[in-house]
Amino acid sequence: MNIAAFTMFLGIVFVTLIITYYASKKTNNASEFYTAGGGLTGWQNGMAIAGDYMSAASFLGIAGAVALTGFDGFFYSIGFLVAYLVVLYLVAEPMRNLGKYTFADMIAARFDANKIRGFAAMNTVAISIFYMIAQLVGAGALIKLLLGLEYTTSVLIVGILMTVYVIFGGMHATSWVQIVKAVLLMGGTLLISIIVFAKFNFSITGMFAHMKDATPLKEAFLNPGVKYKDGLDTISLNMGLVLGTAGLPHILVRFFTVKDAKTARSSVVYATWIIGIFYVMTIFLGFGAAAFVGTADITAANAAGNMAAPLLAKALGGNMLFAFVSAVAFATILAVVAGLVLTAASAFAHDFYNEILCKGKASEGQQVKMARYAAIGVSVLSIILALFAQSLNVAFLVSLAFAVAASANLPVILYTIYWKRFNTTGAIWAMAVGLISAVGLVLISPNVFSPEAGKAIFVGNPLFPYTTPGIVSIPLGFLAGYLGTIFSSQKADVKKYEEVLVKTNTGIGLGQ
Amino acid sequence: MEARKMRDINESDYSKIVQSQTFQELLSAKKKFIVPVTIFFFCFYFALPILTSYTNVLNNTFIGSITWAWVFAFLQFVMTWGLCMLYSRKAARFDELAEKVVQERGKGS
Repeated sequence: MNIAAFTMFLGIVFVTLIITYYASKKTNNASEFYTAGGGLTGWQNGMAIAGDYMSAASFLGIAGAVALTGFDGFFYSIGFLVAYLVVLYLVAEPMRNLGKYTFADMIAARFDANKIRGFAAMNTVAISIFYMIAQLVGAGALIKLLLGLEYTTSVLIVGILMTVYVIFGGMHATSWVQIVKAVLLMGGTLLISIIVFAKFNFSITGMFAHMKDATPLKEAFLNPGVKYKDGLDTISLNMGLVLGTAGLPHILVRFFTVKDAKTARSSVVYATWIIGIFYVMTIFLGFGAAAFVGTADITAANAAGNMAAPLLAKALGGNMLFAFVSAVAFATILAVVAGLVLTAASAFAHDFYNEILCKGKASEGQQVKMARYAAIGVSVLSIILALFAQSLNVAFLVSLAFAVAASANLPVILYTIYWKRFNTTGAIWAMAVGLISAVGLVLISPNVFSPEAGKAIFVGNPLFPYTTPGIVSIPLGFLAGYLGTIFSSQKADVKKYEEVLVKTNTGIGLGQ
Repeated sequence: MEARKMRDINESDYSKIVQSQTFQELLSAKKKFIVPVTIFFFCFYFALPILTSYTNVLNNTFIGSITWAWVFAFLQFVMTWGLCMLYSRKAARFDELAEKVVQERGKGS
């Protein structure tokens, strides 16, 4: 076992538990639990959004993807960032003005029907759990590689920590764990990037010239098309990336942690700067790993390239830097899974239990108690699923989460805010068709079926040719919402839309 | 529901606010800014995968070994940051109008 890495892992655990201890003192009612009382400042929430968003897939996955496939790996960085323009221009402020604790609240602000709330809450839980299994499986594999612990032990450690943060510290603890993680991740990435850049004598042109010959791909490394050869597949991927973020429930709930639309806006702006700077640095991580670790060693450690960043740290700064970067990756995973547990638990406790089952009449004490039970339930379920998924290639789960978010949530969000005629039938159709088409297409995609044994879950020919379903499922979600609305005999509730319009644009009614 | 307890606002108030000149001004100001910019950034964004998938123009050299694909990729970052700051600037005007709507409601009813 690597002593330095082990010590730093313990350090992270210690710091986050202290945060949780202080957070637990403030977490005494539903609002504190779900949204930290709505009291975060713009920069705090901006850091927390960045911490919530930059998952292990971003840090380890993109570094590996750029190292192994060059330009094509960088598509992820671009899409994940530009997605924030959709969030800023179309979603963040209305979300803050209409919602209270959950994504479903925002839809229910216009359509006060249990089946709509139930559907929205179900999509939240589905997306969060898909995403969480991917994170947990990644975490298990990573800790196994870094510390030499067994997969099961690793998943249990992460699982227990995320549960502890959420049940004791609620949104306060989750936010601060995310903020600390964002600082560590930016610090670690900046340090490595500077070392890499120094090795190229701080010359961008020198770096690119070197990369031309540094990998087995030669010149192709710097050109698009190494991984994504089919145009429609590439466009499908990009659609999912740029439209998915604005429908991810664990990102959307972050806008309820600030007091008004203005603060929600400034937090997106801070987050966009931080996330953008991070994704620019993924070039240095990927190029550095390709140049100083080498394709052979990266794929030997992990076929998907997930070890590229830690191996680069080892190559550049020896054991200490390796330990530090590994600890940063660990903190990254913890921060993201905590956010996911909280989001799914809120959907259970607030939407299903309080609003639907108790008709909004549960006491503060009952709500917090139920949220804690839900957090335990969600964690246990995810841990069990992650243990079963160990040997599966779970990369498709993240794309599934983004696809469902873009196909099922985004159409409903946009129609609810901007379309006067939209009605409950349209909302149900959009959510149902978006969910079913995204999940269905992934199930018959090359991620699940591959003619080559071991490349996917089942051996066979995929019925759907593209690796991500976005190009079909996103238009279907929008179309279903439109057709459901115009074919239903329901009349548009103009009064209710006027209320939503006023609240969205002025914040009238917020916090009263 | 807490939102329902709002002191003195009811359905007709919302209609009145929607019809007010200030509110209409706010909506049209937002629309005039947000709609074209949104169309622009989607076009700019999807131009990259479309150009890389169906043409080779971006494989041409910019400087040394840096091709136009990387330049365009970096411009996506510049665009995102730029439009972020632009939105913040424009939103100050939206905030003013929204504030005015809230104040007019207080006086009017």
